[in-house]
Amino acid sequence: MKKVFTRPKSLKQTPFHYCPGCGHSLLHRLIAEVIDEMDLREKIIGVPPAGCAVLAYNYFDIDMGEAAHGRAAAVATGLKRALPDRVVFTYQGDGDIAAIGTAETIHAAARGENITTFFVNNAVYGMTGGQMAPTTVLGQNTTTSPGGRRGSRDGYPIKLSEMLALAQGSAYIERTALSSPSNILKTKKAIGKAFRVQLDGAGFSLVEVLSACPTNWRMSSAESWKWIDEVMVASFPLGILKDVGGKKDAD
Amino acid sequence: MRGNHTVAEAAVRAGCRYYFGYPITPQNEIPEYMAERLSKVEGGVFIQAESEVAAINMVIGASMAGGRAMTSSSSPGISLKQEGISFLSALELPAVIVNMTRGGPGLGNIAPAQSDYFQATRGGGHGDYRNIVLGPSSGQELANLTSESFDLADKYRIPVMLLGDGMLGQMMEPVEFPPEVSVKKLPHKDWILSGAKGRESRIIRSLLLDPMEEEEHNWKLMRKYEKIAREETRWETFQCDDAKMIVVAFGIGARIAKGAIKRVGEEGLRVGLIRPISLWPFPSRSIKELAKKVKHFFVFELNMGQMVEDVKLALEGSAEVHFYGRPGGIIPPPMELARVISRQYYQKKLG
Amino acid sequence: MSHHPWEGPVVIAYIDINPELCKDCQLCISVCPHQLITPSDQLNQKGYRPVQFVEKQTKKEERKCKGCALCAVSCPEIAIEVYRG
Repeated sequence: MKKVFTRPKSLKQTPFHYCPGCGHSLLHRLIAEVIDEMDLREKIIGVPPAGCAVLAYNYFDIDMGEAAHGRAAAVATGLKRALPDRVVFTYQGDGDIAAIGTAETIHAAARGENITTFFVNNAVYGMTGGQMAPTTVLGQNTTTSPGGRRGSRDGYPIKLSEMLALAQGSAYIERTALSSPSNILKTKKAIGKAFRVQLDGAGFSLVEVLSACPTNWRMSSAESWKWIDEVMVASFPLGILKDVGGKKDAD
Repeated sequence: MRGNHTVAEAAVRAGCRYYFGYPITPQNEIPEYMAERLSKVEGGVFIQAESEVAAINMVIGASMAGGRAMTSSSSPGISLKQEGISFLSALELPAVIVNMTRGGPGLGNIAPAQSDYFQATRGGGHGDYRNIVLGPSSGQELANLTSESFDLADKYRIPVMLLGDGMLGQMMEPVEFPPEVSVKKLPHKDWILSGAKGRESRIIRSLLLDPMEEEEHNWKLMRKYEKIAREETRWETFQCDDAKMIVVAFGIGARIAKGAIKRVGEEGLRVGLIRPISLWPFPSRSIKELAKKVKHFFVFELNMGQMVEDVKLALEGSAEVHFYGRPGGIIPPPMELARVISRQYYQKKLG
Repeated sequence: MSHHPWEGPVVIAYIDINPELCKDCQLCISVCPHQLITPSDQLNQKGYRPVQFVEKQTKKEERKCKGCALCAVSCPEIAIEVYRG
């Protein structure tokens, strides 16, 4: 009998503090599995966000440096420019990356910074209690869009990955979901691809991961997986949005 | 050499290899010089960031990686950096931040001023922290203090602010640079993030949810600040020995004050100057010392009264303090200041 | 255990659920193709009712678990280890 599934080494033994069914827990594990499989632990540095995953450094057994809310792309830029042969990634929620951090994210992509960004899109501000996020979909009820998001009152959701795909410096942008075992495994593949893009020096890589927040969505975990597949994906279609392949061109 | 260029050149010679900035008058020459200079230096990185906010955060990243990193801006841009400065302080990261102060508040103007003293020394950022703040008043001091900023930042793991002004940045003065630093020979930093190779993983963070931990961290910072106050306070005195009135001024204000003091000295008035060079730690003790023999202090600043508060705090009521200031970017000539000083001198019957 | 040639090679497997890590999200229950995980009324230290593997006491010849690991892949808490032979 062989053990065919176990905890990745790049994760500490600490049990997650995340809510039951939270996508962060899954994504942490997937990233750690890829770090193990690609043997990156000794050369990788992560930048966690403000938000539920602010304590990511309690789980990943890698070098990690805190950034202020929204600033991860700029901090990662400083780190990667100073240590170009290490792998630098940011891990950000939808508010961190697409509200307060929009400028830093777009410009890191525009500059073609060789960093990898994991964008955890759960359409809500989780840590602070369920307020509207830039990716909250129309009709979705949150504490600051009572009765459901209305375009005229609350504005429209932002498709950041589509915007980033337009940037000349972005090399690989994919949107996946954590809503079924097969989507989970596709997400893992995307993570590996994104790190590969960074190792090849091809430019900015980003994986947007549609992720469940059963607590703030007021659903069971299984229902939240369904909601991702049936509602979120309509606004945020899955798939590869950009993939330039190969090394960055010389200027 | 132009002041702004001096700052940039001194930084590179001090081992700065990472500069992140954003254009804002009157310090544009700094990023421009750095763009050129760092492209020719091994390992040099220049980024014109998308904002002053992004720039300070890039400094944070480069500093986490162990590099000597710098950013520069002017007043409104320094406001934008306050969150980053608070984080640098909490994370105990070395960094150099240069402010070539201009008239304010708000968009203000591009004329020189000294109105960011509070922002620099009291912190515009949140939380209980102090930064080393140095106030150069000449081209040579721009070179020396910029160079020392990096050493101080690394030594104490603290952000250091060079509080200049628009005039110093534009003035052309002869400069002799301190000896160049070899980046490879800089002391090893055993706390940086570089990938957990052959060691345990490291975390650099400032979130301390347990108030007991946060309190302890604050005390730790305070002990550091007390050590700095004991060992790094800098000031200069000029003609204080037999003075009956002492002018207190810093930076470009002190240049004007020296001119004014020389003028009134020619007319027999016994006026001296104490020039704080470190604005934090402020030379409180030296000022209080002077008050043993001198009971009249005259504070001159290009603002509406900021450093004057530190002077009053230092004196603890042991002498009288008069204030004269011109805010908004006005640079009074020494003659104007001389007149105000003599008027005060005679009003106080010191002659 | 498979007796029919068209069911492919014989696979013996089982899973081990750590009750102290389980937060009863029941995602594993929703993905198991053979419904081999059920809720329980036990309580763990955190106050959750951890799910249980129905074949824990089942003899290996009689187990339906194939070790597909869909449960483990879906478990946010990494509470499930999978053994296959």
